[in-house]
Amino acid sequence: MADVSPRTDTSTDADTEDKNLRFQINQSQDMVASDGSDKYRDQKTLRRLAQNREAARKSRLRKKAYVQQLESSRMKLTQLEQELQRARQQGIFVSSSGDQSQSMGGNGALAFDVEYARWLEEHNRRINELRGAVNSHAGDGELRIIVDGVLAHYDSIFRIKGDAAKADVFHILSGMWKTPAERCFLWLGGFRSSELLKLLINHLEPLTEQQLSSINNLQQSSQQAEDALSQGMEALQQSLAETLAGSLGPSASSGNVANYMGQMAMAMGKLGTLEGFIRQADNLRQQTLQHMHHILTTRQSARALLAINDYFSRLRALSSLWLARPRE
Amino acid sequence: MDRIRELASKKAAVIFTKSSCCMCYSIKQLFYELGASPAVHELDKEARGREMELALRGLGCNPSVPAVFIGGVFVGSTTDVISLHVDGSLKQMLIDAKAIWF
Repeated sequence: MADVSPRTDTSTDADTEDKNLRFQINQSQDMVASDGSDKYRDQKTLRRLAQNREAARKSRLRKKAYVQQLESSRMKLTQLEQELQRARQQGIFVSSSGDQSQSMGGNGALAFDVEYARWLEEHNRRINELRGAVNSHAGDGELRIIVDGVLAHYDSIFRIKGDAAKADVFHILSGMWKTPAERCFLWLGGFRSSELLKLLINHLEPLTEQQLSSINNLQQSSQQAEDALSQGMEALQQSLAETLAGSLGPSASSGNVANYMGQMAMAMGKLGTLEGFIRQADNLRQQTLQHMHHILTTRQSARALLAINDYFSRLRALSSLWLARPRE
Repeated sequence: MDRIRELASKKAAVIFTKSSCCMCYSIKQLFYELGASPAVHELDKEARGREMELALRGLGCNPSVPAVFIGGVFVGSTTDVISLHVDGSLKQMLIDAKAIWF
């Protein structure tokens, strides 16, 4: 604390505090003079009291400034919340991370995961409705409405996946939006229709000769298409590897920079075709489901859809068990 | 367009591709799997490739490759071909055009 001397006559801006104190001390001294009961208060006490008052005043000023900061932060927060709300309503998912480039990819992936979860919930609701109808021996008319609804709802996930693949093809390919056990069987971002049909054949009896033959043909066609797409993917991988390997080697000459850029551009083009493969795989799944429905009677289709759902439910349950397993 | 028609009529199964197109590779594999031996024309190796590609787009082929013709008739691109394969129509078309026999 600066030494306060009433006899100091130098007065700078930094001494404002001292001026204040002196003023207060003088005031107190005046008070002492007029109020007889305080005549035993000496300079020290007066100075101490003055300093206290000064400290209290400063404290009030600081508090005021702090509160003003809080108020303006609160306003800013409200503003941001409103913007976020608006953005969400427009269907843009805004991530909470500050990194812009990250959140673009994160946008697509996270938004899709949310949409998929919602779709699954609705799908399960429809399946339960179907199960109820089958168990209560509902008529064909009612069954057909529910079955058609389930199939149309399948169409919507393929559409959602298509949009998500445009935004983030690698997220769809990764299968991270599915549970671990489902990921075991992942093929081009989803299930293998041919495998599904193999599972179903035993659960669809009684089938007519014609139906059995048609289902077998469908299973075979699906398998052939899957193999063709798989081979195309392998060719893509090969081509990508060759393109990238082509830019390896001693990078002495300046010509290699242009080379590198050119090869990167080519590689980028190849990566761009991945989305097409996902789209064709989903198209195959969709067509297989539709044609299966076409071959079967309404009741058989209903049982097929229930069986498919049971199978995937078990896979998801297995995933939960796996994730919750006790580890040493 | 004339060049397309000309080539398309030369064989029962004709596929227009590009050498770098991996989806074209998939469709070729599908045809081989079915026992067909389609004539394959790579647009990037054809003198009038650019024109031909525009002609294919004009036919409604999107993407322009692979473009499949059976019995001289335009069938479609990947999505159409796979859809037709799933419901058994593709095989029947190939049989009818005598590209395969069973």
